[in-house]
Amino acid sequence: MMANEHPDSSGSGKKRIDEPTGTKFVGHEWDGIEELDTPMPRWWLWCLYASIVWGIVYVILYPAWPMVEKATEGTLGWTSRGELAQDMSLADKERASFRAQLAEIPTERLADNPAVMQQAIAGGHAAFKVNCVQCHGSGAAGSQGLGYPNLADDDWLWGGDLKAIEYTIAHGIRQQGHDETRSSAMPPYAGVIEGERLTSLVDHVMSLSGNGTTNPVGAEIYDVHCTTCHGANGEGDRPQGAPNLADAIWLYGDSAAKIERQILAPRMGVMPNWQGRLDPATIKMLAAYVHSLGGGEDFVEVAADPAVETDEQR
Amino acid sequence: MSSVDWTNPAEPGPSKLFEKSKNVHNQRIDGPFRRFKWLVMVLTLAVYYVTPWLRWDRGPYAPDQAVLVDLAGRRFYMFGIEIWPHEFYFVAGLLIMAGIGLFLVTSAVGRAWCGYACPQTVWTDLLQHVDRFIDGDRNARVRLDAAPWSAKKISKRALKWSIYLVISFWTGGAWIMYFADAPTLTVDFWTGQAAFVAYTTVAILTMTTFVLGGFMREQVCIYMCPWPRIQTAMLDEKSLIVTYKDWRGENRGSLKKAQKDPENFGDCIDCNQCVAVCPTGIDIREGPQIGCITCALCIDACDKVMADIGRPRGLIDYATLEDCEKEAAGEEPRPAWKALLRPRTIAYTLIWCSIGLAMLFALGVRSHTEISVSPDRNPPFMLMSDGSVRNSYTLKLRNMESRPREMAIDIEGLPGAVMWTDTIRREDAAARQVVTAGADQTHTVRAYVIAPSGTAQGDFTFKVTSRDEQGESDSVETRFATPEGSQ
Repeated sequence: MMANEHPDSSGSGKKRIDEPTGTKFVGHEWDGIEELDTPMPRWWLWCLYASIVWGIVYVILYPAWPMVEKATEGTLGWTSRGELAQDMSLADKERASFRAQLAEIPTERLADNPAVMQQAIAGGHAAFKVNCVQCHGSGAAGSQGLGYPNLADDDWLWGGDLKAIEYTIAHGIRQQGHDETRSSAMPPYAGVIEGERLTSLVDHVMSLSGNGTTNPVGAEIYDVHCTTCHGANGEGDRPQGAPNLADAIWLYGDSAAKIERQILAPRMGVMPNWQGRLDPATIKMLAAYVHSLGGGEDFVEVAADPAVETDEQR
Repeated sequence: MSSVDWTNPAEPGPSKLFEKSKNVHNQRIDGPFRRFKWLVMVLTLAVYYVTPWLRWDRGPYAPDQAVLVDLAGRRFYMFGIEIWPHEFYFVAGLLIMAGIGLFLVTSAVGRAWCGYACPQTVWTDLLQHVDRFIDGDRNARVRLDAAPWSAKKISKRALKWSIYLVISFWTGGAWIMYFADAPTLTVDFWTGQAAFVAYTTVAILTMTTFVLGGFMREQVCIYMCPWPRIQTAMLDEKSLIVTYKDWRGENRGSLKKAQKDPENFGDCIDCNQCVAVCPTGIDIREGPQIGCITCALCIDACDKVMADIGRPRGLIDYATLEDCEKEAAGEEPRPAWKALLRPRTIAYTLIWCSIGLAMLFALGVRSHTEISVSPDRNPPFMLMSDGSVRNSYTLKLRNMESRPREMAIDIEGLPGAVMWTDTIRREDAAARQVVTAGADQTHTVRAYVIAPSGTAQGDFTFKVTSRDEQGESDSVETRFATPEGSQ
């Protein structure tokens, strides 16, 4: 690319005029394209200078130049993380009154206060996603195959009112070395009930929930070994944590093979005690959330579980 | 690259890369177009300043401001119309109408928007009148501009700029009134209790009005605004523009010369009145150009001169380029209104009207009750201990009336199914539930639908009916999932 001066523009001292626009030529030509003399308005230049000044001020005030370790810091000390932390603490402050309110209201009375309950459910949902979904699933439906209980149905091993749920979350299930933990154990019947007797018992257990027909042998074995905990009709017993065998819900599977396996070598799930790991407010909110999933039960003053105190008794 | 000496070109004196903008001191003129401009200015300013103060009774649950953009509440009120965020297509439709309206105006009467109604034009015009009021007419202002800084000049400038500032502040202040209850906001503003963003907005708009209207003026139109560039693409030889009829005016020359030698001179007596009155400081006789906002003040000025020297009006006039050519060739001038009726303008008008009518129709028949359903997908269904199956749904009931309304929710097409909600106990489960949706609110209901064991997976309908004299209803189909269906 060569910039040539047009022959007419040099020497003669007379500017050529571009006919259609009536504008003077500057005198530069590039491959036949010539430049017209149309100066920019002066304020345009001022805008450029103003943006340069603004840029310098910005570089001084805010993080700007990337260095080896990190960017230059800026005299204002602003960081995006700092701004986030500020926003978060502001949000925490806004929630402080809600937390105070939550602490005042006894868990079992939460439902009487719809506004607090709504907020507790929302907070519980957030905490659930962090702490509980690993086992119970993001929809709280658990897993029948893996033996993680479904929290959204109406079948509760340990009680489904707000207070009972809170207790279970706080103290966990079968936590060794934790006295208040929910605990139950079913003995393994391998070597005790075998062969045809086992098949008969399985048939009888399945008949309790309306699957197939019972038989006298199975019923007799059930009476001897199972009634104490699971009840004469398989209705279970919550204080002991004995599952209901007469409903449609099976934690470890509803097929004959799976029931047989559960008799011979019972699987028994565990859950951490969250007291100490989570603050009481969060546990309360989690209880509210689990209760809200659709299977929550009403709180009855005289609780079925002696471990559950009502606030009147306290 | 050797032959060019950038610092010292061969020309006497270097080319300037930048030039100082010349102040335009337009002269006062009176005439039909100027009076029309006054009218438009008064109307547009009145609409802008007065609108937020108009009241409109909407009952106890909604604001009584006739035009209100409630950003926090996400509602747009315009007299009897209330727009929700999901109906934003009405606003989009209005914007499309505004766009097509501009196309229509441009193809019919050229840059009439620029000349009369554009805020930049209206406020510039307003502040130019302030100039005239404080500093006098064109000649006095040119003299004052050139004069050295004296006490008199300083005091005049201070007074003028103060008036600019007051107008600018009022302009910014009126803007925020559209976004909150005007009387309350006014009190809050002056007692220091308004939101920070209100003060910032007023400050920014005061500054832009002050700078753009007081100082930048025609520079905004010539250098900053995209609209003139777009408009040049929309104008054609059939569009009305303000144009100088050179075949009639040339050769121009003073009245004396023309009287001596009438053969060689046209009607233009080179009095420069058209240049003197131009608010953008251009010479219309150079032909159509980007600086011309077609305010037609030069027509007023020229007509006056033509009347004085006893020649027919319209040396500078609204005319189409096509008509100009015909006229130059000796045909009779066509009345300007004939230029308005042509297929292009009629097509734009039809499109514009049909969008407007379609929106009016949509507005007239829209329901104020709506339901939307979002079924829980995780888990899709819940087996209950008695073998029945439960599905959970989040229902959103939209009550667009500004009063609380009872709404009945029905399950249709799912035999034996009943529902309860987060506020209705399971013991009260039924196929119909009644909830109350707050005035002008979306009421969220968590619905648990339970169907007996053996129910087949399939679709069913939630129907919502308002329990008032309107009896509006809306329904939505959704899915009921069962364990059978998933296997």
